[in-house]
Amino acid sequence: MIEEIAKQYEGKIPAPLIQEVIDESKDRKLTKAQIEKVFNKLLEKYNYAKIQSGEAIGIITAESFGEPGTQMTLRTFHFAGVAEVNVTLGLPRLIEIFDARKEPSTPLMTVFLNKPYNKDEKYLEKIIAQIKEIRVHEIVSEISINLLKLQVEFVLNKKRLKELGLNEEETIKIVKDSFKNLDFADSDNRYYLIPKNKEGGLPALYNIKERLKEVKIKGINGILEVIPKMENNEIILLASGSNLKDVFKIPEVDFTKTISNDIFEVSKNLGIEAGRQIIIQEASKVLSEQGLDVDIRHIMFISDLMTNRGEIKGITRSGISEEKESVLARASFETPIKHLINASLKGEVDRLNSVVENVMINQPIPLGTGLPSLIIKDKESKK
Amino acid sequence: MTTNVFLDEKFIGTIDNPKEFLRSFIEERRKQKISTIVNASYDSEFDEINIHTATGRVRRPLIVIENGKPLLTEDHIKKLQSKDLRWQDLIEQGVIEYLDANEEENTLIALTERDLTKEHTHLEIDPIAILGLTTSLVPYANFGQSSRLNRGSKTQKQALGLYASNYLLRMDTDISILQYPQRPIVKTFMHELSKYDKHPCGQNITIALLSYDGYNIEDGLIVNEGSVQRGFGRSFYFRPYNADELRYQGGLIDEIGIPDKEVKAYRSEEDYKFLDDDGIVFPEARLKEDNVIIGKTSPPRFLGEMEEFSIAANTRRESSVTIKHGECGVVDMVIITENGEGNKLIQIRLRDMRIPEPGDKFASRYGQKGVIGRIMPQADLPFTASGIVPDLIFSPHSIPSRMTVSHLIEVIGGKVGALGGRYIDGTTFSAEAEKDLRLELLSLGFRENGTERMYNGITGEEMPAMIYIGNMYYLKLKHMVANKMHARASGKIQLLTRQPIEGRSSGGGLRLGEMEKDCLVAHGASLLLKERFDSDKTIIHICENCGTVAIFDWIKKRASCPKCGVNAEVNAVEMSYAFKLLLDELRSLNIYPKLNLKSKY
Repeated sequence: MIEEIAKQYEGKIPAPLIQEVIDESKDRKLTKAQIEKVFNKLLEKYNYAKIQSGEAIGIITAESFGEPGTQMTLRTFHFAGVAEVNVTLGLPRLIEIFDARKEPSTPLMTVFLNKPYNKDEKYLEKIIAQIKEIRVHEIVSEISINLLKLQVEFVLNKKRLKELGLNEEETIKIVKDSFKNLDFADSDNRYYLIPKNKEGGLPALYNIKERLKEVKIKGINGILEVIPKMENNEIILLASGSNLKDVFKIPEVDFTKTISNDIFEVSKNLGIEAGRQIIIQEASKVLSEQGLDVDIRHIMFISDLMTNRGEIKGITRSGISEEKESVLARASFETPIKHLINASLKGEVDRLNSVVENVMINQPIPLGTGLPSLIIKDKESKK
Repeated sequence: MTTNVFLDEKFIGTIDNPKEFLRSFIEERRKQKISTIVNASYDSEFDEINIHTATGRVRRPLIVIENGKPLLTEDHIKKLQSKDLRWQDLIEQGVIEYLDANEEENTLIALTERDLTKEHTHLEIDPIAILGLTTSLVPYANFGQSSRLNRGSKTQKQALGLYASNYLLRMDTDISILQYPQRPIVKTFMHELSKYDKHPCGQNITIALLSYDGYNIEDGLIVNEGSVQRGFGRSFYFRPYNADELRYQGGLIDEIGIPDKEVKAYRSEEDYKFLDDDGIVFPEARLKEDNVIIGKTSPPRFLGEMEEFSIAANTRRESSVTIKHGECGVVDMVIITENGEGNKLIQIRLRDMRIPEPGDKFASRYGQKGVIGRIMPQADLPFTASGIVPDLIFSPHSIPSRMTVSHLIEVIGGKVGALGGRYIDGTTFSAEAEKDLRLELLSLGFRENGTERMYNGITGEEMPAMIYIGNMYYLKLKHMVANKMHARASGKIQLLTRQPIEGRSSGGGLRLGEMEKDCLVAHGASLLLKERFDSDKTIIHICENCGTVAIFDWIKKRASCPKCGVNAEVNAVEMSYAFKLLLDELRSLNIYPKLNLKSKY
């Protein structure tokens, strides 16, 4: 019976809403009249919630971001004593999201772990060692420059190597492979790097020392730091640096939940819908952090605009602005000459049916009171 | 492990014992073996020593401590007072040392002599040394919020006062003099040091903290009309005008004097009525905007003009100096002199008396600035039991969120000072204690918390709350409405775009900007938007055939297209002139913007 009534409302109300009514009313033993009343009320509410034609949603969205944006402070709050990864927040981050920058200034992954590993701390060290980049300066006990022999010397910290599950020979091999024009030597645990060409003198030696410190031994590219955190009785890892593809390969990682704040990385690995969701999440995180109350629908509208072509487009001249139909509207937003010349080469026609163009030529804009028009055909034109 | 040593960020070598190296380095510097402008520091995190010799480092002086005893002794101070010793001598003796930010990291600095221990290496000269000149002029600054202190010292720089004692002989631009400046009752040691009584910048007035009739909401101020008439906030505004007799090529020269009637662009005789025979306005003349102040004629711009007309005077241009738009005043001083090139130069100083009016800006010394909302008759203002009527009413809502406690302390301090007939020392960190002030106030026969019973001046009713009332040093700031007020209905337009010109001084329009436009769009107020933007609307005739601007002959009432001829179909279209200009500019880019006309209905 419910389904029959529901059929009448198909097309008037979106299917998920109808389904929800059906599911909810199943156990309630409603009469036919009552169900019809529910549907009528739903239809009324649904139509009321719809945006009227002629409403300037674009401008209203822009203003809804623009006005609170002026109040945003550059100051971010830090909590003393709590292990925290430094994340860009506030206006710089919001600009980063909406401009769809290829690389966020502070990439950050939230790594979730599979069942046994997410409760017990004893697995932590091994998992972190697999994720975090390890460089030479973390595993040596001494690095110095020998001024007399003009060489760089270092001693490995064996204890640390063991902790990280590293093999001394392999480690030294990686170091050797990353330098050219150098001779290697070792004697009782001391390793020597001797430049073949000694003309560089001290500065060159200093450079070698600094480069040696940064040689990568192990871990996932780009992950500089991993901080474990307890959240809802579950251990999660915050990794500064983003590399979803490689993190998913680690068996202990729960790839259904693990996420990054890099929009491009997410949409490349998890699809454009995930990208859209990340934009919404990241933007609302920034706004709520600053204590600003922007309706989620504005953020959703922007994310839709940024992702509806199947790839992420920023709100920039090379992003969504490029897709405007009107030549004049495009030209009015940055690099006008480029757009005008390209339009003239193609012989584009501007039909002047959007807002900016009509403001430019001083005509009523096709929005609000300017949208409806009354057409009276007089007798003459009827002929 | 060896420590790296860097000289001005360049690696120069390594040493074994950084602490010992640094100790001997500083010792040598105190003995003048190394220049006193060199600073060295040890960075334990990176295990390196940095030596800096470059310019541009911020450094500050501190007293050197050895074995827990300051090297600066009473003997030094006596010699300094008798001028047997100079500051430079102290530095050379190694008693005072300048540290940069890096070297400071290696030191332990005591704030006062009492705090000294064996570990300390330096002693602060005085806690107030962390503040600059204007900030030290804020009394009780250690009771205020730091950002308010910033604003407080900023507003002090904008205060009107006696900026120079020879102001009568000077020709400064845009300057004001406060008529009755006073020295503050609540002062700091910097007031003495900077000889503040020689150039005071404000007045001691009575203020009450209450909301009264709603005219002091949102940083508004209610000012007593009686106080204004007695001279509160009265100032003179000075502006110089000048003209020189310029020399041009071919021996031509500007001429200062009342212009001949034949001169090009001659104004009416009325306009020159203030000029003496020499073409210069007479002192003490009352002038209004656009009055001629210096009569002047210039030779023609192009020599061609001279041949066209035979009478020489005809070709000269009128180029008199007039009072700027929206200004008025009395001629204060006229100077006739020569400029650097030896040409005649006339300088005239205009004086305008500015009596406080709604819109003028006043401030206390704590970043509590406000604008006059109303000047109320003295009879209507609230009064205390002893008949005191405040000069100014300040809103109590300005206090909690801004946390300017020093503002409140000054009210009490000022009250004690005014009643006790003495100055109050409000020097930051070492001021007279608030508690003592309260006790003194009590002994003077007032409530120790500074409040008093007050009565509504209009109804005579007793106010249910006790009102906080006292004396304060108030500053009149240089932002006065008379210099800023502007409105226009219609007026001058730009030649190129046909849009209203910009700026108050030229009587320009007020721009409805991009964001304001967005608001109208968001409201869907389509036709209002169109109306707001049609300041430059034009009717343009367009040829239907080629889509470019056609010619309309208004005499013959006939349109034609320069390209398609007389028979082309031409229609009139309304658009903004700026858009027509855009189309023209596109044409100059070799782009052919073609208008396809379509009937709207």
